[in-house]
Amino acid sequence: MDTLTSSEKHFALQYLREEALPSPFCPGCGNGITVNAFLKAVKDLGHEDLSGFAFVSGIGCGAWIPSPHFKGDTLHTTHGRAIAFATGLKVARPELKVVVISGDGDLAAIGGNHLIHAARRNIDMTVICSNNFIYGMTGGQVAPTTFTGDRTTTSPYGNPERPFDLARLVAAAGASYVARWTTAHPNQASRAIKKALQTKGFSFVEILSQCPTAYGRRTKAGDAVDMIQWFKSLPIRKRDEEAGYCVPTKQAHDLGEFVDREDTEFTEALKAMVRKVE
Amino acid sequence: MKSLPERVMFTMGDIAAAEGALSAGCRYFGGYPITPATEIAEWMARRMPELRGAYVQYEDEIASITSVIGASWTGTKAMTATSGPGVSLMLEAIGLAVMTETPLVLVNIMRGGPSTGQPTRGQQGDIMQAKWGSHGDYQIIGLTPASVQEMFDQTVQAFNLAEKYRTPVFVLADETVGHMREKLVIPDEKDIKLVNRKQPTVDPSEYLPFKADDDLVPPMAVFGSKYQFYATGLTHDERGYPSDKENIQIDLITRLNDKILKNADDIIDLEKYQLDDAKIAVIAYGTPSRSARRAIAIAREEGIKAGLLRLKTVWPFPEEAVAELATEVDHIIVAEQNMGQIYHMVRSAGAPTPITLMRKPAGMPQLPEEIVQKIKEIDSQ
Repeated sequence: MDTLTSSEKHFALQYLREEALPSPFCPGCGNGITVNAFLKAVKDLGHEDLSGFAFVSGIGCGAWIPSPHFKGDTLHTTHGRAIAFATGLKVARPELKVVVISGDGDLAAIGGNHLIHAARRNIDMTVICSNNFIYGMTGGQVAPTTFTGDRTTTSPYGNPERPFDLARLVAAAGASYVARWTTAHPNQASRAIKKALQTKGFSFVEILSQCPTAYGRRTKAGDAVDMIQWFKSLPIRKRDEEAGYCVPTKQAHDLGEFVDREDTEFTEALKAMVRKVE
Repeated sequence: MKSLPERVMFTMGDIAAAEGALSAGCRYFGGYPITPATEIAEWMARRMPELRGAYVQYEDEIASITSVIGASWTGTKAMTATSGPGVSLMLEAIGLAVMTETPLVLVNIMRGGPSTGQPTRGQQGDIMQAKWGSHGDYQIIGLTPASVQEMFDQTVQAFNLAEKYRTPVFVLADETVGHMREKLVIPDEKDIKLVNRKQPTVDPSEYLPFKADDDLVPPMAVFGSKYQFYATGLTHDERGYPSDKENIQIDLITRLNDKILKNADDIIDLEKYQLDDAKIAVIAYGTPSRSARRAIAIAREEGIKAGLLRLKTVWPFPEEAVAELATEVDHIIVAEQNMGQIYHMVRSAGAPTPITLMRKPAGMPQLPEEIVQKIKEIDSQ
């Protein structure tokens, strides 16, 4: 079955701390879809529970996807530094499956440096970025992912800046696997996460996610349904299409896989160094 | 080829701290180069792989310290080393380590500040930063070694305290101590007393990650063990779950402070030199304490009853010991390589006994003759 809810009891509940529910997400938020997409990937990979996983998140709405909801070892850290915490964790215990789930502000603004350096090291971890193009938790401020011209509470005359293309950024920095999907593509997103979790190296899955409360309201992008319709209209990349450079716009934010390659993984390189020293 | 150190070395304080950490079982170092602490990172980069540990050099000091917190949660003893500008960047993460009760050691080889200051000159300007730098109410442990041997011994001690009390511990060494070369004797492994963090023993279904024992310290599970847990910088209950309730905040913050304050006697480490019959006491730590010791010897030769209280730990502050000293002597001199930081703590504990500050915000400490002169001045009053 390829649907997300096929049993009487929702499949995701076996991986969630039920006492921590309901989630703090607003009505219409995309983060619940990302929870399901991630947990479906986990289930498809045959994990009965989340033992063996280590979750790290930062600050912001996206950081609440794993924390405190996932029934697994979780560290909820300071703003922007989740990947750096996760790197220490992974280096000290390489057998753990390390997953960082957070938002675009956390991972790409304050944490942008850690993001590109982790991709450069090609350390084996999966980073899932819930990209809602805005600072949601603080009420709708401009982010490095906000489209040019968007009016937010801190870009009241329209955003004069250009947004990052996170998928291309991380691919260029050296990641082994990079994909971008949306909450309107939950099955594709889940399959991408599954592939990311199987990747030996740095994997990055960007999930464009609707934030009706902040982005929808501030930029007049509409409600959750309007934004899902918008996501459905986005172009999908052809396999092996040249990544190239482009500034993301609302119409031309392409989806799909950007990189899927094998390269030396960081903790393996460290192990090889230890063997050489011995 | 292994670079195993000799048991007896002629080496610098930075390297002694690194070797102390390795002897304490440290197997993870998150690094970033900075004068005058770089030698620690360099030594660790060479030594860690020999011991199957890991050295990783990060993109900045924030990543270094946060990676150390991540590594510590796997049960690995972990540390970083830096100097003032690096510590300034690390302070938010120190708060997270306090809140999540993560054992770690941060060696600060103190240089002249503020800002870039004098990178190659020592100072003791970061004493209050270590205590108050991160936001919120918390306690910290701060050790102040004064010799190459103490850089080794007190780094071991720092790890033991970090593990015992599940807290970040600062080793606050001025640059002179970090860079001076002296004899270092590395004890036999069996002679080094090591403390490891408590681990949970209850059934995993009953495990409450932040429920403290009588010593106010909760046992600590590691990532990937049968004990599942959730740790957050948010105020949390015994289960670890976030809470905005007032009583949860009060209980947690009180316990985090009390676990240090109520165990202060176990943590505080002081050296008393010629204090038994002293009328004038000098209080100092780090490099100025070496000048002070010489000054006391000279003053004694001239018949002045002077003594030294050397602080080997500055945090938690030895309030009782200073208060007691203040009742026994007529005058206290505080000699610090800064504009007066521990001086304020001494003043608050020692009043109404007169307390004189010898301040010096520069690389050369107060010289023995300068301290002798001050002792004579006070003695002749």
